[in-house]
Amino acid sequence: MARKLNLRIWRGDATDGGLKDVQVDVNEGEVVLDVIHRVQATQMGDLAVRWNCKAGKCGSCSMEINGKPRLACMTQVASFDEDETITVTPLRAFPVIKDLVTDVSFNYKKAMEIPAYEHPKELAPGEARMEQVDVERSQEFRKCIECFLCQNTCHVIRDHEENKKSFAGPRFFIRIAELDMHPLDKLKNRKRTAQEEHGLGMCNITKCCTEVCPEHIKITDNAIIPMKERVVDIKYDPARMFAGLLKREKRN
Amino acid sequence: MTLERHKYDVLVIGAGGAGLRAAVEAREAGLSVAIICKSLFGKAHTVMAEGGAAASMGNVNDNDNWMVHFRDTMRGGKFLNHYRMAELHAKEAPDRIWELETWGALFDRTKEGKISQRNFGGHEYPRLAHVGDRTGLELIRTMQQKIVALQQADGREFGDMEAKMKVYAECTITEILKENGKIAGAYGYWRETGEEVLFEAPAVVIATGGVGKTFKITSNSWEGTGDGHALALKAGANLVDMEFLQFHPTGMVWPPSVRGILVTESVRGEGGILTNSLGERFMFKYIPDVFKDKYADNEAEADRWYEDQDNNRRPPELLPRDEVARAINSEVKAGRGTEHGGVYLDVSKRIPAEVIKKRLPSMWHQFYELAGVDITKEAMEVGPTCHYVMGGVEVEPDTAAAVGVPGLYAAGEVAGGMHGSNRLGGNSLTDLLVFGRRAGAGAADYVKSAGANPVSDATIKAAADRIEAPFSREGGENSYSLHAELQEVTHNLVGIIRTRTEIEEAIAKITDIRARSKNVAVAGGRKFNPGFHLAFDLDNMLLVAESTAKSALLREESRGGHTRDDFPGMNNQWRQVNHIASFDGNQVNIKAQPLPMLPKELFDLFDVHELEKYMTPEEIAKGGSN
Ligand SMILES: Cc1cc2nc3c(=O)[nH]c(=O)nc-3n(C[C@H](O)[C@H](O)[C@H](O)COP(=O)(O)OP(=O)(O)OC[C@H]3O[C@@H](n4cnc5c(N)ncnc54)[C@H](O)[C@@H]3O)c2cc1C
Ligand code: SF4
Ligand code: SF4
Ligand code: FES
Repeated sequence: MARKLNLRIWRGDATDGGLKDVQVDVNEGEVVLDVIHRVQATQMGDLAVRWNCKAGKCGSCSMEINGKPRLACMTQVASFDEDETITVTPLRAFPVIKDLVTDVSFNYKKAMEIPAYEHPKELAPGEARMEQVDVERSQEFRKCIECFLCQNTCHVIRDHEENKKSFAGPRFFIRIAELDMHPLDKLKNRKRTAQEEHGLGMCNITKCCTEVCPEHIKITDNAIIPMKERVVDIKYDPARMFAGLLKREKRN
Repeated sequence: MTLERHKYDVLVIGAGGAGLRAAVEAREAGLSVAIICKSLFGKAHTVMAEGGAAASMGNVNDNDNWMVHFRDTMRGGKFLNHYRMAELHAKEAPDRIWELETWGALFDRTKEGKISQRNFGGHEYPRLAHVGDRTGLELIRTMQQKIVALQQADGREFGDMEAKMKVYAECTITEILKENGKIAGAYGYWRETGEEVLFEAPAVVIATGGVGKTFKITSNSWEGTGDGHALALKAGANLVDMEFLQFHPTGMVWPPSVRGILVTESVRGEGGILTNSLGERFMFKYIPDVFKDKYADNEAEADRWYEDQDNNRRPPELLPRDEVARAINSEVKAGRGTEHGGVYLDVSKRIPAEVIKKRLPSMWHQFYELAGVDITKEAMEVGPTCHYVMGGVEVEPDTAAAVGVPGLYAAGEVAGGMHGSNRLGGNSLTDLLVFGRRAGAGAADYVKSAGANPVSDATIKAAADRIEAPFSREGGENSYSLHAELQEVTHNLVGIIRTRTEIEEAIAKITDIRARSKNVAVAGGRKFNPGFHLAFDLDNMLLVAESTAKSALLREESRGGHTRDDFPGMNNQWRQVNHIASFDGNQVNIKAQPLPMLPKELFDLFDVHELEKYMTPEEIAKGGSN
């Protein structure tokens, strides 16, 4: 039941490039990544695209489909009108390498800047006891497949290259939140450093990141806003000096 | 242009669970480490693992311990496993899981707040530590973050976070280099630019994962092209047990574009049942004699087991994977399959919708988005998919050193021996951790005593020439079509059911494709060119397919992931034999090698009557090797 699909693909590299129109067969049930692969195997042997799992689990196949940041392996061709041309372009916030592949090294640099998890020294391996409800909050953020669609969509860096230096981005705000809510992590002041060193203050809660997250992580509501609120509390709450409160803050 | 060069103590090829664990160990032993991988950091296969990691922590049923786990692993592998690997794995798996927790991992919890464990095929007790159905993601992320933690410590000490450990992502190794018979480094190209790169190091850990892409229907990604298997062969190492491939019983079958994508075994672990188009729960018909005392032969008992595991036998849906895959294959062949050539797998009748969504969230998501099926209301259609290779590099169990090549180590799916003829679900993730750590330690010890082994210019030139070759040909073969042809051959002729004539035909066809592959030409430039990448991957897959076909031809019995239509049934004489593949520069040769016998203390862990099903009377009479 193959039909023809009009696909428009951005081809080129850092120096030059543009949209190319192709016609390609599409079968029932196929996703955009399938038709890109068909183009690659039959018409453009050197078309560059990243992918791994084809099941929305690895976050490799991020691109913009009709201008929206999406996973190509989870976007059904049938979700578009039959006569609609589907346009695929590389992520806009990151420098293009070739065709649909961009240089996402920014994200790996930011990952290295987030202070690591600190395990309580007195707790030997196997001794940890945690309630399911307590791990679930951090688990939500650990679902992240590092597709970087949220990073790509956040206007703080999408439209302002110069902000990249001081802004870790939503993916790493949830990393900080995850550690902050981790029942065992010992490192203190994660929220304050998020604000002061990782650019949390530059976020103005537009929620665009949450909208594109394929894992449906509530980036803004569950990570960014709670951290922002607590930063404000900490800043104006002299009582934070008390150890007991600090402990509770870690839990909340 | 000058060649990009790097020097390290240890190279780890592969950033899946095994590679990352090896890298951590080697770095913590004070050495400098390069981690090299074909994809971006954090995207290796391990990230896709769903069900969990098997370790006998005994958190859910305190009857569990390493001995029970060891027995299950040997049974699952039909006693072809290297006993020492199975022993080390069973003993060390709990420590490796707990260690992840000290690095920040957050596993699902029991009511007492311990790490929760779930049931899986072939495991006597609930044993798989898990995080919903995204356990592999948790493993990868935890180790990725552990590596960042080590880099941050290096940053504090040396002023440069990458001073002692660096990840080289999207870089493909095409050759392992030796000088004077010993490891000297590795050569490869950057996927991004196509430019070449040399890594010099006296020790190399291969952790490149599996070979699924050799087959047409597979749960593996493009990375699973058997690179490490082929690199090791070419470097003079051996592959053991290459005839054994695991066809996971439950891959998606519809729509065609997702055919092969995995449906985790947890679906059955959580209570999913298999039925054919007549509505029959057919697995009761397929319980082999060796398992009759452990699996329920009627629905009532199978259903009771979910509530009371001490007084009932397990449902046959939880038989080891080879059994379930063959059963599904037979049902479909007998005309009792579904519309799209699978069988039905149903959780919706037994488990409430909200529990399904909580315990199997990514399965729900996967079916809803890719197949338009709501698994809380309808059955899934499933069928076998090529999932895992039991065969791999022959290693010394304690150090993970590749036999015959000083300085070479292998761990994870690319290593052989641990799983015998069939791997139990969940045993891979802990295999990665246990033997990844051992490989890192083995390599570190070796480097400390062996010292540097510089690479000669002649060796570099030979490696460089090989990369250049496909660009200098014109109008040759297309790597995409050769790959498709190979997949067709393996699928049809050395797939889940095999016979002599078909395997012989496969060997002839693989030889032909290999001859034509010498003539592959690549269109376009070097920059991120998948056609060029596939040309190299294809060469590796061909060597893997040849090893598999030739080993399969010789093994005249059916065992685990190797089923011969012309030799049905297990033969106890064959249990004493491993097939060892080696490469003479021209073709793959297979030799039979005696399998090491269990020592008495492990022999005695089993009931003799059980061992009689697998061993010859002479072996039983000996009662162990010592
Ligand atoms: C869908 C799916 C689900 C699974 N679920 C489970 C489960 O629940 N429990 C379980 O125990 N097991 C499971 N498995 C099996 C298990 O995930 C794999 O066996 C395991 O992850 C392999 O890990 P690894 O470290 O050996 O290699 P991989 O994770 O496959 O990593 C291989 C690495 O090697 C790199 N590499 C390969 N070739 C080269 C080269 N030429 N140059 C440079 N780098 C190279 C790759 O880029 C990659 O980084 C599952 C497998 C799949 C496919
Ligand atoms: S909510 Fe904040 S982080 Fe998210 S897209 Fe908007 S500005 Fe960026
Ligand atoms: S938070 Fe969501 S959108 Fe952002 S990288 Fe993770 S999975 Fe992708
Ligand atoms: S290929 Fe893995 S998320 Fe699309």
